[in-house]
Amino acid sequence: MRLQYPTDIKIILLPCTGKLDVLHILHAFEKGADGVYAVGCMEGDCHYNSGNLRARKRVEQARHILDVIGMGGERVQMYNLSSSEGPRFAQIAVEMDERIRNLGPNPIKRAKHRAA
Amino acid sequence: MKAKTPSKLEKMLAAGHMAVTSECGPPRGSDPEVIIKKADMIKDHVDAINITDNQTSVTRMCSLAACIRLKLMGLEPVLQMVTRDRNRIALQSDILGAASFDIFNILCLSGDHQSFGDCPTGQNVHDIDSMQLIQTVRHMRDEGKFLGGDDISRPPQMFVGAAANPFADPFEIRVPRLAKKISAGVEFIQTQCIYDIDKFELWIKMAGDRGLLDKVYILAGVTPFKSAGMARYMKNRVPGIEVPDEMVKRMADTPKEKQPEEGIKICIETIQRLKEVEGVHGFHVMAIEWEDKVPEIVEKSGLYPRPGSA
Amino acid sequence: MIVADKKPIEEIIEEIKEHEKILILGCNECVTVCEAGGKKEVGVLASALRMYFLNQGRNVTIDEVTLERQCDHEYLEEIRDRMDQYDAVVSIACGVGVQFMAEKYHDTPVYPGVNTCFLGVTEKRGLWTERCQACGQCILASTGGICPVSRCAKRLLNGPCGGSVRGSCEINKDIDCAWQLIIDRLKALDRLDDYEKICALKDWSFDRAGGPRKVVREDVQE
Repeated sequence: MRLQYPTDIKIILLPCTGKLDVLHILHAFEKGADGVYAVGCMEGDCHYNSGNLRARKRVEQARHILDVIGMGGERVQMYNLSSSEGPRFAQIAVEMDERIRNLGPNPIKRAKHRAA
Repeated sequence: MKAKTPSKLEKMLAAGHMAVTSECGPPRGSDPEVIIKKADMIKDHVDAINITDNQTSVTRMCSLAACIRLKLMGLEPVLQMVTRDRNRIALQSDILGAASFDIFNILCLSGDHQSFGDCPTGQNVHDIDSMQLIQTVRHMRDEGKFLGGDDISRPPQMFVGAAANPFADPFEIRVPRLAKKISAGVEFIQTQCIYDIDKFELWIKMAGDRGLLDKVYILAGVTPFKSAGMARYMKNRVPGIEVPDEMVKRMADTPKEKQPEEGIKICIETIQRLKEVEGVHGFHVMAIEWEDKVPEIVEKSGLYPRPGSA
Repeated sequence: MIVADKKPIEEIIEEIKEHEKILILGCNECVTVCEAGGKKEVGVLASALRMYFLNQGRNVTIDEVTLERQCDHEYLEEIRDRMDQYDAVVSIACGVGVQFMAEKYHDTPVYPGVNTCFLGVTEKRGLWTERCQACGQCILASTGGICPVSRCAKRLLNGPCGGSVRGSCEINKDIDCAWQLIIDRLKALDRLDDYEKICALKDWSFDRAGGPRKVVREDVQE
C-alpha cells in the first residue's frame, strides 16, 4: 500500500502487546522519548487471549504515573486495530505525531539539556 | 423460675405476668429533659425502660447516666451495654457504677459496627463479646468476684438479658445460639423486631423442642411502622429484619395520612397474636422516636393496666 | 505472607523531596508476591522519581537495589559498603523491613514506600485478603480453621452478630461473614455441635495488648 506516516516514529516489535511493561514505557521517557503508544490487536482478538487487555492496563498505569510526576499522561496511548488496517495504522501515527507535537518535547530532555 | 435479684422486671416475669418493656434513646447532647420527657410518656405503661448504648454507633449521652436519670425518677431501667466501646476493665467498672445506683437489669450486646455511626474511623474494642459479657455479669453477681478473681464488695444484683434475632442468617444456628446464650447465663431475651410471625413461631417452637423455653424469659420485640417507606426500609435495608411482602403492601396500599395509624394497628395485631404463643413472656415495644405511641399500643393490646401499678 | 500496598508516588515525593542521593530498596519476599515492593516496583518507582526530579530541574541520584529480605541482618549487611553514598532510603519492604533498615543504619533516614496491610493470602492475582492478626494464641482448632479474630469485623469469638445477610458481613457485602464460614465448615466437618461450646474470654496479653512481643527459642540459639 506504501502508506505515508511520520518518520519520527520508532517502531519496536513485540510478540504481543502483553509483553509490554510499565517499565518499558517509563524507560522510553527516561531516555528521551516524547511519546509512546502501543498498538495491539482488537480487543477480543488476542492470540494469547488477554495480552492486549493487560497492555491497556499497563498503559493506564504509565499514564497515571506520568500525570503524577508532571510529565503529562497524554503522552501515552493504547490503540487497537487489526493487521488488515494499514490505513488506520498510518492515521494513528499521524494522530499521535500531532498530539505529541502539540504537547512539545519530553520535558526532562529540556531539563537534562539545561543541566548539561 | 424464682426471682434472684431485686429487679422488678424479673419479679413481674417470675410471677407469671406478661411483661412490657420499651426503650428510650438518649439525646445527642447533655439535656436530661429529653430522657425525662420520653420516660414520662411511657412510664405508666411499661415495667422497665431500656436505655440504648450509643445505638447504631452514633455518639450520644451514655446509657448509664440516662439510666440513673430513670432511677432518680423512681423508674426501672434496663442498662444496655455494648462490648464495642469498652474493654473488660471499663465494662466491669460501669456495671459496678450502675449497681451503685441499684440498677437491676442489664442487656448484654456486642453493638453495631462503628462504620455505621458518626465515628467510622474509630477503633472498636471487642475485648469480649456479648456471650462473654453475659458470663461476666453472672460471674460478678453469683460469685461476687471480678474477672480477675478478687472479691467484689457489694456485688451487682442484676437480672441479665441479651438480644436474640430469630431472623438473622444463618437460620439454622438461631436456636443453638439461643441455647448458647442460656448456657452463658442469660435470664431474659428481648428479640429483634418481629414482623414475620410465622418464622418467629417456628423459631420459638424449635426452642421449645429443645427444652429452652423454661430456662429463659422471652420478650417479643415489636416496632410500629410510621410509614410505608419505613416498612420498605426495614425490609430492604436493615440487616437481620424480615418483613413479609404482604405487610409492606398493606402499608403501601394505605393512604399516606392513614399510614401511621395502620402501622400501629399492625403492631397491636402482632402483639395480640404473639400473646398466645407459648414461650412468649412479654413484649419489648421499640417505638423509635415515637415514644408517645407506646401507651396506645400497650392499651389497645390489652396489656394495660400494668400489674402492680397504682 | 505480609501483604502491603503501594503508597501513592506523590506521598513518597513529599517524604523525600529534600534529599539528593536516594536508594530505593526493595525486598524479594512477601512484598514481591503482592506486587508492592519487589524488584519490578523498585524499577517503576525509581524511574518515576528520576523523571520527576529532572523535570523539576534537580539532579537527584536515585539508585535501585532489591534485597533477598529486609528482615534479616545478613541481607541488610549486603549494602553496608555503599550506604555512605546515600542521604536517604525509601524502603518498599513491609514495615518490618523499613524498621530493621532504620535500626541498622542509624544515621540514614529511611522512608516507607508501601502501606503494610495485613497477613493474608493471594486469592488471585491482584486480590489479597486477610487471614491472621497474629494474636499469639491460635484458636483455629475450635473454629473449624477459620479465624474470627481476623475475619469478623467485631472479632466476635462467639458469633455471628446477627447482621450478616446471606453470608456477607453487615459492614460490606463483599466481605464474607466469618461466622457463616465457620458454621458452614463445622457442618462440613460434621461438628456443628461444637458451635454451642462457648469460647472463653481471650487472653489478649499475647496480642498487641501485651506490648511488643518476642519469641525466644534458646534451643536454636547459638
